[in-house]
Amino acid sequence: MGISRRQFLGFLGAAAGTTAVSVKKSEAAANKEFKGYPGSFGVLHDTTRCIGCRKCEQACNKVNELPLPKIPFDDLSVLNTKRRTQQDAYTVVNRFVENNEGQPVFVKSQCNHCLEPACASACFVKALRKVKTGAVIYDASLCVGCRYCMIACPFNIPAYEYNNPLTPRIMKCTMCHPRIEKGLIPGCVESCPKEALTFGPREKLLKTARQRIEKYPDKYIDYIYGESEMGGTSWLYLSGRPFKEIGMREDLGIQPAATFTSGPLATVPVIVGLWPVLLTGIYAISKRKEKISEEERIEAVSRSVAVAGEVMKAKLAALKDTMTKEKEAAINLEVRRALEEAAKKSESEQQAESAKDEPSDTSKEDK
Amino acid sequence: MDTIFYTLQDFMIHSKSITYILIGGILIGLMLFWLFLTGRDEKKRTF
Amino acid sequence: MSQETARVNESIFTPFNVISGIIIIAGLIVTVLRFTKGLGAVTNLDNNNPWGIWIGFDLLCGVALAAGGFVTSAACYIFGLKRYHSAVRPAILTAFLGYALVVLALHYDVGRPWRLPYPIFISQGTTSLLFEVALCVFLYLSVLFIEYSPAALEWLGLKKIRSMIVKLTLVLTIFGVILSTLHQSSLGALFMIAPSKLHPLWYSNYLMVYFFVSSIFAGLSMVIFEGTLAHRYFHHKMDETHLKESKDVAFGFGKAASFVMMGYVGIKLIGISIDNNWHYLTTGWGVWYLFELIGFVALPAFIYAIAVREKNLRLVQSASLISIIGVVLNRFNISLVAFNWQLPSAERYFPSWSEIVISLFVVTLGIVVYRFIVTRMPIFYEHPDYQHDN
Repeated sequence: MGISRRQFLGFLGAAAGTTAVSVKKSEAAANKEFKGYPGSFGVLHDTTRCIGCRKCEQACNKVNELPLPKIPFDDLSVLNTKRRTQQDAYTVVNRFVENNEGQPVFVKSQCNHCLEPACASACFVKALRKVKTGAVIYDASLCVGCRYCMIACPFNIPAYEYNNPLTPRIMKCTMCHPRIEKGLIPGCVESCPKEALTFGPREKLLKTARQRIEKYPDKYIDYIYGESEMGGTSWLYLSGRPFKEIGMREDLGIQPAATFTSGPLATVPVIVGLWPVLLTGIYAISKRKEKISEEERIEAVSRSVAVAGEVMKAKLAALKDTMTKEKEAAINLEVRRALEEAAKKSESEQQAESAKDEPSDTSKEDK
Repeated sequence: MDTIFYTLQDFMIHSKSITYILIGGILIGLMLFWLFLTGRDEKKRTF
Repeated sequence: MSQETARVNESIFTPFNVISGIIIIAGLIVTVLRFTKGLGAVTNLDNNNPWGIWIGFDLLCGVALAAGGFVTSAACYIFGLKRYHSAVRPAILTAFLGYALVVLALHYDVGRPWRLPYPIFISQGTTSLLFEVALCVFLYLSVLFIEYSPAALEWLGLKKIRSMIVKLTLVLTIFGVILSTLHQSSLGALFMIAPSKLHPLWYSNYLMVYFFVSSIFAGLSMVIFEGTLAHRYFHHKMDETHLKESKDVAFGFGKAASFVMMGYVGIKLIGISIDNNWHYLTTGWGVWYLFELIGFVALPAFIYAIAVREKNLRLVQSASLISIIGVVLNRFNISLVAFNWQLPSAERYFPSWSEIVISLFVVTLGIVVYRFIVTRMPIFYEHPDYQHDN
């Protein structure tokens, strides 16, 4: 057992104290820097101490009331194949290459309880969340079963009840959150006979780990796995072998998973703000073009109508002209005819006057 | 607001939730504003 | 229509009916297994490979290939390309059916399908891109339903509601484009949370843009391809306008797709350059990447270009098929092939028979419903009562 009950309660008190202090700090920092829940707990796994006894697996199975496996926990032959966490095994111990002293290295794996969990960031119903004890816990009453958390987890930890047709759950280590709340320590830590697991406030564990590295520089690689991986994890690891060789990825980087998706997430609202403006603009322009071409068409028509009108007018005028001319001609003709007649008349009158012996009825007729 | 966020995750849940509501409002607001903007335009055939 | 009925009455056992009947029966059997024995019994999914073809094909490809709806309606109603008007209804119908089937397929994949509305109504996990996708797919499915409904309302003779909905066309189209932009791109961004699992050649900060741009040419190609099939099987349903415009649609969309695809090749190269991933191109993964990018994007883009220049309709149609395969290949690569690329081959995923059966089942269902609708409702022709309305 890593720490005694008394020590643990002391930690709780210390955690409460640091909480009060860091609240003010957080406020001062205007929420732009996130340091995680103050005084939250973690576990330090010193792989150099682990003997691969699988007691932690057994305790985990019991504490979480998982179904008993077919092969009993004291059968160490399962260590011959590499295993991962499963729906019925929240934690598994794996054996890796021989170390410098010819001893195999055992590494326990389980949920690392990230400070900024990728699974929680990926969950679209908030079924996974980081709580102030440091645990990343799961709420089956919200889970839809989309398994995006399993895609997101860089450590390949969450498992799924594939054989449950209607109410499958995501299954993963809870860091014994219910036990921590009761003042107990996680089952695996409690059961470890070699103190390979130490439970406590994460900040204190980091100090412990550094002290060990300093004290035994030959025994340890100068690196605390989990201090900054994916933004830091609540579980921390010490090793005598490069972490790559004991099945832990060294290429994860120090960015929390949430920062990978924050760009796309930030793009979404901007698109909603800009697209209506852009699209309405394009619509208005295409509409305007349509209107202009329509107007041009109308204008062209009216222009051609106007031109046609001119021609018509000219024709009319010409017609009128000819008509007047013809009329005039006709009048002239008439006038001339009348004049001629008058002339003839006067002539005949003169003749009649000159010949008075002519019968009077003729003159009467002419009148 | 004096909500204190200890994790980026909590902060993002908070800010994104507000943003999502906001963008819903912006979408409707922009539509209404467009109607206001073009309210006095001469009526034209929709199609 | 009477002709069709007569033909159906002659024999139910047409090749189409027999094949689709077999697939539907097989699908129903797997459906029963899925909901009685669980995913474990019917899929090859495991804890390392939580997403299979029901996500990689049914969701990712389904959504990408249904992009024709927003692309066509945007071209016609926003960009004012009225000469594509007759292509809008078939495209909207395909999109609506596509999204409906995506949602149907999700009911198989997720653990508790009746909780699918949870992210929207019960507990909003707003930090997740999947939340964004869920919200947009939900809203867009509703928009597509409204956009499609005039056809059904004309068929049913409900003039009043129809004319009300037709008035909303522009608003719905703009909504459709916004929602499509968001969820098409967010589907790509889903994988951005796992840079440690997706091969660097496919992982990029531009995944959002890649998915959006590829959805545009996927949609354009799908409209052309679907038009080809529709002409073969539903020619008698098409009115003069549709027949007259369809060639124009194929060449216009082919030209657009070609240029968009070349632009896409450009931004893919920019993605490699900005992350300095050139050295991966010489590996096996690089060859596979170039196979996808050159063989199934650059090549069909080039074929489109030649076809459009030479006014060769058959060539446009072939190019559309290659482009569609290209988009499917891209989605498969990102969600299945290049995902978990570091796992030993024994731990990799390959779909089971029943997974493929369900995917085929969903597609077949889509074709059957499509056939039902186009043989009855005014999709390829304008309803005589409403010819001058739009």
